[in-house]
Amino acid sequence: MMTPITLEDIECLAVGSWILGTGGGGSPYLGLLNMRRLYAEGHRVELMSPVNLADDDRVAVVSNMGAPLVGQERLADSRNIARAVVMQEEQSGIKFRAVMSLEIGGGNGIQPLMAAAQLGLPVVDADLMGRAYPEAQMTSAAVGDLRPYPCALYDPRGLESIVTGVPSWKWMERISRKICVEMGSIASTCKAPRSGREIKDWGIHFTVSKAIGLGRRVREAQRRHEDPIAAILDEAQGKRLFRGKVVDVARRATEGFLRGRCTVEGLDDDRGARFEIAFQNEWVVAWRANGPELEPIAMSPDLICVLDTVSGNAFGTETIRYGMRVTVAALPAPPVFLTPKGLDHVGPRAFGYDLDFKSVFEA
Amino acid sequence: MRRIGIDVGGTNTDAVLLEDGRVVHAVKTPTTDDVSGGIVAALGLLTRHPGIAGGSIDTVVVGTTHFVNAVLQRRNLAKVAAIRIGLPASATLPPFCDWPEDLAGLVRGSVFMLEGGHEYDGREFMPFDAAGMRAAARQIRRSGLRAVAIASAFSPLDSSHEERARAILAEECPEASITASHELGRIGLLERENAALLNAALTDLARVTIAGFREAIAASGVEAAPFITQNDGTVMSANTAMALPVMSFASGATNSMRGAAFLSGLEDAMVVDVGGTSTDVGQLRRGFPRAANSVVEIGEVRTLFRMPDLFSIGLGGGSIVSEKPLAVGPLSVGHRLTEEALVFGGSTLTATDAAVAAGIVAIGDPRKAAGVPRELVQAVLDDARGKLEDAIDRMKTEAGDVPLIAVGGGAFLVPERLAGVSEVIRVEHGDCANAVGAAIAQISGETDQVYREMTRDDAIAAAEAQAIERAVAAGADRASLQTVDVEDMPIAYLPGNALRVRVRVAGEMRSPGS
Repeated sequence: MMTPITLEDIECLAVGSWILGTGGGGSPYLGLLNMRRLYAEGHRVELMSPVNLADDDRVAVVSNMGAPLVGQERLADSRNIARAVVMQEEQSGIKFRAVMSLEIGGGNGIQPLMAAAQLGLPVVDADLMGRAYPEAQMTSAAVGDLRPYPCALYDPRGLESIVTGVPSWKWMERISRKICVEMGSIASTCKAPRSGREIKDWGIHFTVSKAIGLGRRVREAQRRHEDPIAAILDEAQGKRLFRGKVVDVARRATEGFLRGRCTVEGLDDDRGARFEIAFQNEWVVAWRANGPELEPIAMSPDLICVLDTVSGNAFGTETIRYGMRVTVAALPAPPVFLTPKGLDHVGPRAFGYDLDFKSVFEA
Repeated sequence: MRRIGIDVGGTNTDAVLLEDGRVVHAVKTPTTDDVSGGIVAALGLLTRHPGIAGGSIDTVVVGTTHFVNAVLQRRNLAKVAAIRIGLPASATLPPFCDWPEDLAGLVRGSVFMLEGGHEYDGREFMPFDAAGMRAAARQIRRSGLRAVAIASAFSPLDSSHEERARAILAEECPEASITASHELGRIGLLERENAALLNAALTDLARVTIAGFREAIAASGVEAAPFITQNDGTVMSANTAMALPVMSFASGATNSMRGAAFLSGLEDAMVVDVGGTSTDVGQLRRGFPRAANSVVEIGEVRTLFRMPDLFSIGLGGGSIVSEKPLAVGPLSVGHRLTEEALVFGGSTLTATDAAVAAGIVAIGDPRKAAGVPRELVQAVLDDARGKLEDAIDRMKTEAGDVPLIAVGGGAFLVPERLAGVSEVIRVEHGDCANAVGAAIAQISGETDQVYREMTRDDAIAAAEAQAIERAVAAGADRASLQTVDVEDMPIAYLPGNALRVRVRVAGEMRSPGS
């Protein structure tokens, strides 16, 4: 069954995917501008339930890879992501049934809609992260040991590159990252084609609907001058962890990632307390400070969202700064990441924190 | 050293004379439609003052909201030819793509997109399309457009493609006024291009207005060439202001904060500027307002201007009080205060009436506010206090109590004791703080660039050196330059420990003789 996606849905998706980006993935604003234009030109996109995929359907998994900074000067162009999809068809000799997002979080929540509008394909209501993550092996497809190649990378100067074979997802991360850097630290990518069966077994389902629903609740709350944070928690079955003001942000670039720590001083009910959140592009672990003691409260794969207390909009790890009034919330992790194998890929130890995963949502 | 500062606001034109760092005299006159009439009147009042007549004036600095108001009110805007250099990237988001339709309809003349631009590390993204540029320039000349805006990818890192486009335009369209986006700053092509487009749309108005400033000042017998204040509390020459009028967009608020710093002698403090309708709260850091970090919308257009980070609330001397439930503002009687407020014989209960009834300030006839119930007076003052405390807390960048400088005509609404405030400071001439801020404006230089394979300290030092050269080129006295802002941010995914560093330096104007 196909559901039409309205422009209002996409406006909501831009807000919701930024929240699910958990600090990373870049702002969806430029993707939203592309979609406004495509819709003004008469393009329309339909949303397809993953359960309606035939086992032998082929699905194009797309994402824009690279540095958010470069994305501010080389603006999202809907045709680039479409070209990456066509490259993959030419390489693999297949015809795609639909397009899907690699990660629903941030600007990549909108990328598949651009490809879909250009190519006249539907978008599958699913992704492979349920959020945003920094590395190629941090996906449900990698947890499922699905084939990591081929991966198509495209640059509008006519640079077309396909990684046709790698022994592991970690190798795919290393090799494709090198190509991306040469292209100017930005590339439109179409990941290894997935079968309908694989999406049904390993996809994280209904995340596009979830992001749209989340964005809709926030926008409604903003319009009605109600509490948008309460709307987010209600819509996504989330949990409020802390409310306060950012008093320190320490950032450093190591191994090509943005790592650091953000300290939030409590306000309202949390007055007198302190919260610390570590990040690697995305928010990874949050601690509550009781004097010198740090108690881990939330960690990946639970989604840690740092939200504007007033508007409910998300803050990114690149843009957060001193003085911002934030509410820290946790949203439940996709179940695929809660298995022992899932935690190997995206649990706290995958980010270098020697912690046993404990979910915010365990009793 | 004798300096005149002039603030051309929407309602009043204020002028002050500073001599050896002291305010000698301050005057207020109504702003006139032609702008220069108000300046002539203010300068007339100022220079006829007995303590002033005769002596020469070293510098005149003008602050104005004229250009930002033109955008907000959609008037006096020229049609612009937009040139984007960056194909084959970014093609689906052309110039004007996120403008509101009404403003785009007024400003969009024609749009050209060409190959060229740079990468984040300074490499060419594509060779510059000189032939395409020449063809575009000829078409612009044929179409009669006289304002052009150029934006090239990563031009804040490498401006050479914008410069080459400008050179071709200068040959083909010698009459055109040209704005190149790298002159306006930051990374963020769309926002930087928007700033260039707005600027190009204002250059005709800027030419006429700044010429008017010059004539008004000359007509008043003052011989100094005027400087114009920009968003960051420093000045630009009149010629620069003609070329870059958008740089004055936020100078009104900036000048009042800088004036507050000068009048109080404090360099690090909170400033609250209470007007008739609204209150701006900002933070001074080393004598300058802290700049906003995020996207700033002007007339619904996204930009990345160097703007002071302000928190504005709808509270002022003219705020209308309503009961059950209690509300103070955001509605205001505005400039009709002297007709509508109770103390002036009107029938509207305002925040000013409550302050008069409480005996905080003597304005109008206090007997006319005597009938306001005590509890209501207290509730109004408590409400104002709560709003101010919240706004101050929002703007704080460090824990602990801070000193607060209260300026503006409604500064009496600021109580002596506030949560999070160590001391409330009131200053003489605080109602002309913006003109004082104009008089004391400095010269600045800024860099914003990505550094790789360098230690953090080396990168910041390199940025500082470049900012200093820019400030000296703009007319600053090298010995007086101080670094007023440093911001560094590592860039995710980029190799080589890439670090984006922004440094701003400011110092005194070089005196004409040196």
